[in-house]
Amino acid sequence: MISPETFWTVTILLGIGTFLIRFSFLGFLGNRELPVWIAAHLRYTAVAVFPALVTPLVLWPEATGGETEPARLIAAFAVFLVGLRFNVLAGIIAGMGTLYAMQYLLG
Amino acid sequence: MRTRAVRTFWRGFWDCAPFMIIVLPYSMVFGVVARDAGLEVYEVMAMSVLVIAGASQFTALTLMQENTPVLVILLASLTVNLRMAMYSAALVPHLGHLRLRMRALIAYMMVDQSFALAHKKYAEEPGMPRDSKAAYYFGALTAVAPLWYIGTFTGAVIGQAIPPMFSIDFAVPVCFIAMTAPMLKTPPHIVAAFVSVVAAMIFSWLPYNLWLIAAATLAMIAGAQTEFYLQRKARA
Repeated sequence: MISPETFWTVTILLGIGTFLIRFSFLGFLGNRELPVWIAAHLRYTAVAVFPALVTPLVLWPEATGGETEPARLIAAFAVFLVGLRFNVLAGIIAGMGTLYAMQYLLG
Repeated sequence: MRTRAVRTFWRGFWDCAPFMIIVLPYSMVFGVVARDAGLEVYEVMAMSVLVIAGASQFTALTLMQENTPVLVILLASLTVNLRMAMYSAALVPHLGHLRLRMRALIAYMMVDQSFALAHKKYAEEPGMPRDSKAAYYFGALTAVAPLWYIGTFTGAVIGQAIPPMFSIDFAVPVCFIAMTAPMLKTPPHIVAAFVSVVAAMIFSWLPYNLWLIAAATLAMIAGAQTEFYLQRKARA
């Protein structure tokens, strides 16, 4: 369960912080160049956070009590391949589809 | 003049419209998963209206369910959004002339798809008048940003009707993997993603979900260093 205090603190501060990031240059930093080494790190924020976040959700899911489930591993692999080859939406459909098929086949 | 602005607005709208097909299911999944985590419909909506940034909302939601300290949740979720400082900087030459209120609105609704589209357009048509650039951008925003509210709301309302056998919790990693895979187009991106996964496993013992911060930091450094290394090699 998420406590209301945690929820509202996170939501409000995340809202303010996100707006400040988006507003930064448009709002108050203006026509300044982003230093090269900062830009180089920012380019990889998404590929740095998402795979890490996903790893435990795939390997040790809450829904199975932290047990590794082959159906989920195979489904995760399917999303990855389809997403890489085609696009985001195809990846999502392939992933959930594979999960259901595997859960049915593997019991 | 007025009609040209209206026409450019709709051009932006229709150019961005294909992305609706991704944003709608993605936002619905957020609504469903958030309800599944125990949030009320008004709480789900409050989050989508205040933050309006899918990936960071998913991140915050996942971490909140695991009793993570607020500081770690904010650090991780805001890191996800840091890339938008880059977008903000890239838009200044094109939209920096607008009134403060307009720039604030653009900042509030800044989303990946609209930015990518407009940025490409400005590069392709350098002669585009400034007011057309603004109209085009607002058109592109209108196609996807409001859809985030509609989708989350729909997902939040129907969410409770989905039985547990559908393992809807797994939609979160599925969405993230599907978004990440198409980004792996250059060696630095691949290196960063690889380091991210390995570090998440190695540091999984860290308390307060700090493994996420450790993995993200190492992966960002790995990506940037690979980029610098390849530049040096190309010059040599």
